[in-house]
Amino acid sequence: MSSQGVALTIITAIVVIGSIVGFLARYHHKMDLEQWTVGGRGFGLVLVWLLMAGEIYTTYTFLGASGWAYSRGGPVLYILGYGPLMYVVSFYILPPLWDVGRKYKLQTQADFFQARYDSTWLGAFVALIGVVCLIPYLEIQLTGLGLIAEVASFGAIQRTPAMIIAFALVAAFVFVSGVRGVAWVSVIKDLLLVFAAIFVGIAIPHIYFGGIGPMFAALAREKPNHLTMPGATQNLGHAWYVTTVLLAGVGFYMWPHFFAASFTARSGKVLRRNAVIMPLYGLTVPLMLFVGFTAVLVLPNLSNGDLSLLTMVRKTFPAWFLGIIGGAGALTAMVTAAIQLLSGATLYAKNLFRPVLSPGMSDEQVAKVAKIMVLVLSTGAVILAIYSSLSLVSLWLLGSAGVAQFFPGVVLGLFSRRVTTAGVFAGMAAGISVVLFLMLTHRDPFYGWNAGLIALCVNFLTTATVSLLTLKQVDRLEATIRAFAAAPAGDEAGLS
Amino acid sequence: MKRPSLGAMLCGLVPFAASCFSVSLWDRVYPMVLGLPFNFFWLTLWLAITPLCMWGAYRLEEPRSGKRRREQGGSL
Repeated sequence: MSSQGVALTIITAIVVIGSIVGFLARYHHKMDLEQWTVGGRGFGLVLVWLLMAGEIYTTYTFLGASGWAYSRGGPVLYILGYGPLMYVVSFYILPPLWDVGRKYKLQTQADFFQARYDSTWLGAFVALIGVVCLIPYLEIQLTGLGLIAEVASFGAIQRTPAMIIAFALVAAFVFVSGVRGVAWVSVIKDLLLVFAAIFVGIAIPHIYFGGIGPMFAALAREKPNHLTMPGATQNLGHAWYVTTVLLAGVGFYMWPHFFAASFTARSGKVLRRNAVIMPLYGLTVPLMLFVGFTAVLVLPNLSNGDLSLLTMVRKTFPAWFLGIIGGAGALTAMVTAAIQLLSGATLYAKNLFRPVLSPGMSDEQVAKVAKIMVLVLSTGAVILAIYSSLSLVSLWLLGSAGVAQFFPGVVLGLFSRRVTTAGVFAGMAAGISVVLFLMLTHRDPFYGWNAGLIALCVNFLTTATVSLLTLKQVDRLEATIRAFAAAPAGDEAGLS
Repeated sequence: MKRPSLGAMLCGLVPFAASCFSVSLWDRVYPMVLGLPFNFFWLTLWLAITPLCMWGAYRLEEPRSGKRRREQGGSL
């Protein structure tokens, strides 16, 4: 068999095995809306860990991080910087969020806003922004799948048909198995990905330079500026680093799917423990960066940095190994895409479609609309992925800046009694407008600052100001606030 | 809603100070440590130290929420 035949066969086999596990996971569980979206709220430490890790170590880390190490250099450090910090933030906000979530049977991020601020319109607005921000993230997974197929087939398979086929499979998979299936496929792909990262990250610098140390020494000699900020860029310096790490750190759990994943936990305590141990899983991320840095010296003229990891693997190892790496990458992209589709579709059906267009719908009908939305969203993302040319990391930063605008509403909603519905509405609208303006006019970074963080500051100020001006609303929300404050703290789900 | 204790907040502030705000102090290639440029070494080190800080926060925070749980358990 030719080498592309071997590589593609192995990739296909891994994808098929992963999908079968996902399909099987639904057995023994009746698939109502609660089970499909939050797995019946019964996941323990291991499964939540796998689910969250599965969503966090994605195509963006696997191909995107090595891609930025290759094309940008030093600024890629932001990925190592915000990694542990987002778990630090989650330590404080996810457990109280879980308490409220169980009390109000919250399934989505927009549910939270709707319940806390007693406003269907605010919930619908949050759902709309959430779905829109998920699209670039979905696009990352798709582009990743396309890149894998392209490199593994030595260019014989075009990116577009590969993306379409893979996405049809993802949609089918989400359709049938819901969040529980996704969690179990995460088990397989995490094992593969951790193995792949450790092996490739150590072996590739070793083969070309005799080790990671000599590789860095050679790179520091030949391109002394590549390893510090701003690296190969003009404007990604220290101010950009601080603002981007802050934005990504606070914004991370504002992604609708991560936010919703916290509801799958069995207790708040699981989430708190999770926040303590998760940073350790990030120890594999530097290894991906090493591959990108090795490629700077070994493959100096790649057209697209995001190809660097796969091309290095193809150049260095036999075809069957490229197949395993490609399979791990493909499964990763599919798991991530699946959970994003699930969140996006549920958000749309439950918080936008039902309240605004058809208030009388039952939960079964909502589940049906959500499944249709899975198809609509996947088709939309395929179309965008075919026509977009942004790097994987840039796409991610774009979506992050958008979802980070939920942060004031969530944190103030959990910990403050003074914030009002009008304040949160106004703050979010202001934040999103600033993001759109700065990004669409190519002003990111803005005077060296991350545009999303500037928007977040505007958002906070607006929320505070408008809340103070509308303090009377607090009286109207008094009952909600009191009920939120009394949500039972972090106990096991069985106790209530 | 009960806010986290001051001690637990301070535990969380340490990793922010070390791997975010202080960037201009450690963003350099030399001295290389364990074969890594200094900035990579520093951030990788903090991947490992952050769980220790958060374990401290956990020890401070968990007895409080456990207590709250029992109190509310009694009143439910």
